[in-house]
Amino acid sequence: MRALFINTISKQKQYLLSIVIVIIVSLICYGFTPYMGYRVVALILLVTVSLIAITFDILPVLLAAALSAFIWDFFFIPPRFTFHVSSTDDGILLLMYFIIAMVNAVLTYKIRQIEKVARQKEEKANAIKLYNTLLNSLSHELRTPIATIIGATDNLQGNNVNLTPANKAQLLSEISKAGLRLNQQVENLLNMSRLESGFVKPKMDWCDINEIVYAIVQRIEENKIGQKIIININQSLPLVKSDKGMLEQILFNLINNSVLYSEPNSTIHISAMCHADILRVVVEDNGKGFPAEELENVFDKFYRLKETKTSGTGLGLSIVKGFAEALNGSVHLENISTGGARFTVSIPVKTSYMKV
Amino acid sequence: MNKAEILIIDDEAQIRKLLEITLQSNNYSVIQARTAKEGIIMASNHPPDLIILDLGLPDENGQNVLKELRQWYTNPIIILSVLNSEEDIITALDNGANDYLTKPFRTGELLARIRSALRSSILEDSDHVLHFDDLEIDLSARTVKKKNELIKLTATEYNLLVLFARNEGKVLTHQYVLRAVWGPGYINQSQYLRVFIAQIRKKIENDPNRPEYLLTESGVGYRFVSKQQ
Repeated sequence: MRALFINTISKQKQYLLSIVIVIIVSLICYGFTPYMGYRVVALILLVTVSLIAITFDILPVLLAAALSAFIWDFFFIPPRFTFHVSSTDDGILLLMYFIIAMVNAVLTYKIRQIEKVARQKEEKANAIKLYNTLLNSLSHELRTPIATIIGATDNLQGNNVNLTPANKAQLLSEISKAGLRLNQQVENLLNMSRLESGFVKPKMDWCDINEIVYAIVQRIEENKIGQKIIININQSLPLVKSDKGMLEQILFNLINNSVLYSEPNSTIHISAMCHADILRVVVEDNGKGFPAEELENVFDKFYRLKETKTSGTGLGLSIVKGFAEALNGSVHLENISTGGARFTVSIPVKTSYMKV
Repeated sequence: MNKAEILIIDDEAQIRKLLEITLQSNNYSVIQARTAKEGIIMASNHPPDLIILDLGLPDENGQNVLKELRQWYTNPIIILSVLNSEEDIITALDNGANDYLTKPFRTGELLARIRSALRSSILEDSDHVLHFDDLEIDLSARTVKKKNELIKLTATEYNLLVLFARNEGKVLTHQYVLRAVWGPGYINQSQYLRVFIAQIRKKIENDPNRPEYLLTESGVGYRFVSKQQ
């Protein structure tokens, strides 16, 4: 229904169209006068005006109502070709025609106003909801590491005698992890605001996908993760022309996501291929996969799986999607029949098979 | 041996403190400046062995400070900044910075960069044979050995490797390398560089996918490092 209430046609065109439609319908009816009574014509015109009222603004509709009333009077009510109305019945009919047409127009207009207000309210409520989700997840994602840092340093400063060297080392490693996590969140937020602002312009240069993937995996493996990451990329994959920073961010978020949300003993496979100038990078894990009904939503901003226990802002995958689209590509998620999830990023690229 | 003196120019007290503790505990002597003006005066009064420069200073753009220092200061300058865009890094390197680290940084990484910057400023072409861990480059014989075995390199590969080795620890931008090895007409042909770097890695690295000598500085260039102290 909503589409009907959107005014995509300009005001001037609406006036013009109202007049044209009424005239065309009248002409058709005029052609059929030998076969049908003039009272049927009144009903046909009334229906026409009602239909116009559904899509057009109130003034063009009133114009259509008035015009059709005059046309009916002049061309159809006997005596024809005069504005004179001979019978009392016809007089009442003309008056009623006029009133019904006007009421029609005004009522539709009112309904539309109510719709508009309701829609605005709904949009506002959605914005507030999104904003609250953001604030909640952000304050959690930022405060947790901050709390860790403050707590751990307090401990190290005040309780020195009772802490074993192993305890101290543990506290220090927690502080370090918290710092890295904060940095990652800030990175995501900055990327998201870049995407939101619309100022994302890819900087194209030749990229070596092998090099990018290995560097990312090395970076992730520094955190002593339990998962096993297997890279299966042909060494003869061509160089591709793309934005290296964005590719890195896309692949880092995808791989990191797989690591964060899979069991420590699972395996993550990364493969890449290039066919017909489309670069495809696939990241698969052998975990539980995604709930089928949520597959569609995981790339939405701030979306978190309903059952998830791992914390996060719901920004990572939406950045993946945003950057992939900024590179004219796409990202696709599916569950693997044998268990696990498969992310596929497809990006159109120029390739270079230059050899030494 | 005298302690190397490092000048920190940074307006953030926390960062200065962190650097002071890190550097002093690693046997460097530290002097500090809070503003560009102060830093330039301190550097000119008594030139330190190395300068760590922040780009976001309150009184002057760090890139300008860098240019001003480079008019007479020849020892290494390492940039330490929150600005992490490739443009900023390349500009700083073009303005004469030896290295660039973004905040947040790992202190281990910073110390490694300081060590290699200080070392290369001492070495400077005094030797005909360069040694890096298990790699040996003989500049007069134009040969490269890994674990005492001769490695076959094409002329371009050799020139590239020597360029990097002579600038050990320093980030060389794509354009700089392309101009130095191929010539000014090639500065946009970055795929040449990518292909040759991949070839050299296959020959000198233990695992070309996890390079230890020839490191990528994403979007900026490459850096040759060695673990030796």
